[in-house]
Amino acid sequence: MRPSRTLATALRVLTQLRHDPRTIALLLGVPCLLMALLRWLLDERPEQLDALGAPLLALFPFITMFLVTSVTMLRERVSGTLERLLTTPIGKLDLLLGYGLAFAVVAGLQVSLVSALSLGPLGVDVAGPVALVVLVAVIDALLGVALGLLVSAFATTEFQAIQFLPAIVFPQLMLCGLLIPRRELPGTLEAVSDLLPLSYAMDAMISLAASSEVTGGLRDNIAVTAGAALVALILAAGTLRRRSA
Amino acid sequence: MIEAAVAVEGLRVVRGHRPVLDHLTFSIPPGSVTGLLGPSGGGKTTLLRSIVGVQRVTAGTVRVLGRPAGDAQLRGRVAYMTQAPSVYGDLTVEENLAYFAAVLGAARPRVQEVSEQVGLTGQRRALVGRLSGGQRARVSLATALLGRPELLVLDEPTVGLDPVLRRDLWNLFHDLAAAGTTLLISSHVMDEAARCDRLLLLRDGALLADDRPAALLQQTGAGDLEGAFLALVESLGRARVT
Repeated sequence: MRPSRTLATALRVLTQLRHDPRTIALLLGVPCLLMALLRWLLDERPEQLDALGAPLLALFPFITMFLVTSVTMLRERVSGTLERLLTTPIGKLDLLLGYGLAFAVVAGLQVSLVSALSLGPLGVDVAGPVALVVLVAVIDALLGVALGLLVSAFATTEFQAIQFLPAIVFPQLMLCGLLIPRRELPGTLEAVSDLLPLSYAMDAMISLAASSEVTGGLRDNIAVTAGAALVALILAAGTLRRRSA
Repeated sequence: MIEAAVAVEGLRVVRGHRPVLDHLTFSIPPGSVTGLLGPSGGGKTTLLRSIVGVQRVTAGTVRVLGRPAGDAQLRGRVAYMTQAPSVYGDLTVEENLAYFAAVLGAARPRVQEVSEQVGLTGQRRALVGRLSGGQRARVSLATALLGRPELLVLDEPTVGLDPVLRRDLWNLFHDLAAAGTTLLISSHVMDEAARCDRLLLLRDGALLADDRPAALLQQTGAGDLEGAFLALVESLGRARVT
């Protein structure tokens, strides 16, 4: 592994994105619009807005980064550039960490923008420290990046890659405690939700929304989310084969 | 004796249940231009991939620059240009080259040098996705040249190029060979065969010939290499019938 190659890869991914201003506008603009819509929708129910606001701050980057990464990586596989890269001295983790770094930068921008809008003009209240809210949201984005890199190995077309959103992301959304608190889930489903990484990300955000205390439980949830992202990244490295049939 | 740049022995690749390459044995001397010719679907790309080390092989050995093909130590020394240009369509020519230069650890001035070598200096700031097919192929070729590889494996590098550019690129290939680079170049255009030092004729996964162009003409008594190729195919057909 070489940091210079990771950095070059991150810069390359960001440059590709820079050539696609519409995607940047959508990445940054859509979450802001949705948050404004939510604020309007819950105009009469401020306590619900506060409960949902922080978790949504983390969900936007998770979902968008999952989609953007899986499609970008799939393109890399289909165009032959991945095979070319794997004939060069670049390490598999150099490549994947480069992707992670690039999308972490984009996620950081996205989260900062949506947070500034939500916590400022839209008046969403978050009890916990704002810096921590942003950090957890970026870690969630990285989880989305890592899962996106992993599932791209199982798709051969962009249509298939996009179908992994309902297949991989929606079940985690349904069981992460946002619809029904995790402790009130039917027994088997609660056990399943314990195995899904998004559950820990949302637990962290839900507690940050409600309490200003940074508890050990919060730290554990953040660590589990980051650990899951790392495991997914290593599994994704395992799907990169230098030799194929 | 000088060690061969590429030594293939008993190479066999089976895909599905069909042998794509069947017991190939040959070697390629260093500092030469070897042409790999034959009809499409005959196994040319599979053979190139086996030499680069990205192909899973069923049996046999492939040694490149004294090491097993695909060895980690070879990654900076062998460059491969695939048939479909494998470069980023959403980056400019210069951004593509700069990225691959960083990956290969090539010095930054190489970007300018290889752009000149393939005649793309005028398009340096153009998005690759907006270039013509022939220009895109040259970006891909430039990328392969970046790291000054000892072995250059090119899959149909001159498809879609006009005669002037084709001549310029073949001159470049011979300059590189004169400087010690080994080149293995596939083509299905027979008039390019005459420009090679050696020829490998591959058909249905088997080698029909491995010789110098002049020797092939002499052996078959044909007037040109296309005729020589046909004569070899036909003599093989007769041998199978009898």
